[in-house]
Amino acid sequence: MTGQTEQTGGQMTGAKMVVQALRDQGVDTVFGYPGGAVLPIYDELFQQNDIRHVLVRHEQGAIHAAEGYARSTGKPGVAIVTSGPGATNAVTGLTDALLDSIPIVVLSGQVPTFMIGSDAFQEADTVGITRPCTKHNWLVKETDRLGATLHEAFHVATAGRPGPVLIDIPKDVQFATGTYGGKETRPTRYAPPVKGDPAAIEALARAMETAKRPVFYTGGGVINSGPEASKLLRDLVAATGFPITSTLMGLGAYPASGEQWLGMLGMHGLYEANMAMHGCDLLICIGARFDDRITGRIDAFSPNSVRAHIDIDPSSLNKVIRTDIPIIGDVANVLGDLMAAWSARGRKTDREGLAQWQAQIGEWRARDCLSFRNSDKVIKPQYALQRLEALTKDRDRYITTEVGQHQMWAAQYLGFEDPNRWMTSGGLGTMGYGFPASVGVQMAHPDSLVINVAGEASWLMNMQEMGTAVQYRLPVKQFILNNERLGMVRQWQELLHGERYSQSWSEALPDFVKLAEAFGAKGILCKDPADLDDAIMEMLDYDGPVIFDCLVEKHENCFPMIPSGKAHNEMLMGEVSTAHAIEAGGAVLV
Amino acid sequence: MLNIKEGSTSHSAYNLRSVYSDIEERHTLAVIVENEPGVLARVIGLFSGRGYNIESLTVAEIDHTGHMSRITLVTSGTPQVIEQIKAQLGRIVPVHEVHDLTVEGPTVERELALFKVRGEGDHRVEALRLADIFRANVVDSTLESFVFEITGTPEKIDAFADLMRPLGLTELARTGVAALSRGPEARV
Ligand SMILES: Cc1cc2nc3c(=O)[nH]c(=O)nc-3n(C[C@H](O)[C@H](O)[C@H](O)COP(=O)(O)OP(=O)(O)OC[C@H]3O[C@@H](n4cnc5c(N)ncnc54)[C@H](O)[C@@H]3O)c2cc1C
Ligand SMILES: Cc1ncc(C[n+]2csc(CCOP(=O)(O)OP(=O)(O)O)c2C)c(N)n1
Repeated sequence: MTGQTEQTGGQMTGAKMVVQALRDQGVDTVFGYPGGAVLPIYDELFQQNDIRHVLVRHEQGAIHAAEGYARSTGKPGVAIVTSGPGATNAVTGLTDALLDSIPIVVLSGQVPTFMIGSDAFQEADTVGITRPCTKHNWLVKETDRLGATLHEAFHVATAGRPGPVLIDIPKDVQFATGTYGGKETRPTRYAPPVKGDPAAIEALARAMETAKRPVFYTGGGVINSGPEASKLLRDLVAATGFPITSTLMGLGAYPASGEQWLGMLGMHGLYEANMAMHGCDLLICIGARFDDRITGRIDAFSPNSVRAHIDIDPSSLNKVIRTDIPIIGDVANVLGDLMAAWSARGRKTDREGLAQWQAQIGEWRARDCLSFRNSDKVIKPQYALQRLEALTKDRDRYITTEVGQHQMWAAQYLGFEDPNRWMTSGGLGTMGYGFPASVGVQMAHPDSLVINVAGEASWLMNMQEMGTAVQYRLPVKQFILNNERLGMVRQWQELLHGERYSQSWSEALPDFVKLAEAFGAKGILCKDPADLDDAIMEMLDYDGPVIFDCLVEKHENCFPMIPSGKAHNEMLMGEVSTAHAIEAGGAVLV
Repeated sequence: MLNIKEGSTSHSAYNLRSVYSDIEERHTLAVIVENEPGVLARVIGLFSGRGYNIESLTVAEIDHTGHMSRITLVTSGTPQVIEQIKAQLGRIVPVHEVHDLTVEGPTVERELALFKVRGEGDHRVEALRLADIFRANVVDSTLESFVFEITGTPEKIDAFADLMRPLGLTELARTGVAALSRGPEARV
């Protein structure tokens, strides 16, 4: 126990300790839903004003809101749920945060310790259920250990590769009195290394000098590492003149307006980005994890490159793709050292090789892979996003998305100039993520423009959060690209299952305008391309939550697309014949 | 490119072994964990969740005051899978150290087993004679049965089991492997 004890410590109940620990961690907002097993904590929340509690309408919403809060601020998000169903409702969100490396701290109530194991009312084995979907979790059985565990939880959630943690707190532990020792009492052992091996960094600097066709392949780890990492990345790209692509999770780390920007890579990535990955001779992976949406066919992935991989998690290295230069460390830390090492060696690059490489990339760019056939009769989803981009790009803007075609189009057609401005469910692909995430983002940035680009099917999955948006006067804009289809599923059925559209349409959709009004929000319907700009402006000008029902072309496909089981240079580019594009072998892949 | 050193991932992250081989290997890992509730479930859940093999797993507290346990794990896989297993184990928060004893140097591996052998006449005499050759101890006997205690490598215990089967082996309990590096140094 340390000096902290004097300021904040001493004897107190477990419930008070929870609130005090949150305060000591600088938490200003928590998302949650009460119930029997967390009543003492809610009682404490009631009696203070430092921490705002946002009452969601479903615990899944609380977790996604906490994720949105976390991703947009760089601080851990916090959620509180009750035992049993409250905790099980949190499971999807926890898994989502685990796969996307989002730091969140979830507190769950539990039946009293003396009832654990007796199938008590609303008892669930929460630590058992959430063990595989958290970075770590704890069941706290003694009030004396609660404070230290809470602080350890914040540390574990944010240190190294971030992720979700859960603390299960039995009700008697909340009521009982114990000693609270402040922030310094946490066990300090967990400390993943952040500094890269100098020899490996030197090897990469050397490889950069001679590379003729280098490319930076960056990912969510750059965002996780913090704003300094994005700054150093920008410096490095500017100094080397190497082209750069990013995964879905890393958008914004390098500005979309930047000279070397190739756009997103992967299954629905840009032609120039994927061709650069395929053709490069030096692949510098920074905080990305060679996901199967990126690699396509493994044995045909970037066949002629030396691969360097910077990642804080040793398990990301050599997991999927064999790495020649593994560098374990934090992106910002390693990029600082890399810049120093490369500079010390004279900041050399192969200018001639690079010039040829840029010329080649220019040819790929010229294919203009995002071009689409526009229409003056029906709104094309791509056009809707182009207009949204044009009308909002200069604003202080945050974008969240649901999952599906609209998500990919958003990644393709919206430009991100800064990190932490783009919140999407990448790893788990959770429909229902975007709306509650937008609530979390708006709570953190009350004066900013927060837009959730949604598909109607995804949006319905957590539409109950309209209540939250209205209650807290959160002016979140729900920009629904309504194709009356489970569009992404429909696209796969068209390409892979002989156009048999099994269960992939949205029947009996609500009237979204009336739905908005029923909740006390504003609804806008737009179906004519000629009205689109005015309708978007109406949405932006309205000071409050808006559901924007944008009726779009129903059978539009999302291109480019690398079919499952194909290589980067085998992309489908557009409405050309796509029959038999995916072979039987690819159909088993997801 | 880079000269990758061999070894474990526990002390230095850069001791990554070259993973360029598709031949399955058997490795013995020593995993030092905080002795807290659920830690074994985390380790086992990792293996089942990610589809890794466990040939043998033993666990016991080795430092009561420090609350530390040692898990000895025998697993098999290609070098890439073995490296993944070590990295994934290292990621578990209460795991302090992961040692790949197979890579770190020569080791001694021992397992203890109890054999119940039931028989009469020649079979009984033969069982006792073989037990002697294998340095197994008789820890329980009746007029028609023995319980033998034997320690040795898993291979030795397999061999003894093969011999006892025709002689009336009725029950067998094995502890799984405990392993230490040879030589004066404490590696773990
Ligand atoms: C319908 C759908 C389609 C998709 N299509 C695509 C697609 O076309 N293209 C695409 O890119 N994605 C696509 N995705 C997303 C994809 O599934 C993955 O989520 C994404 O590619 C993973 O991004 P990432 O590699 O940046 O890793 P992340 O999941 O962001 O992981 C970050 C990596 O960085 C490391 N890291 C974390 N913090 C640090 C730090 N401080 N320092 C160093 N390293 C750190 C982590 O250990 C991890 O390895 C799609 C998703 C969906 C739902
Ligand atoms: C919770 C959940 N269930 C199922 C899926 C599978 N899935 C992926 S995209 C998709 C369709 C999404 O439809 P919509 O939200 O309307 O978006 P669109 O693809 O039409 O843009 C489905 C069902 C998923 N990702 N998440």
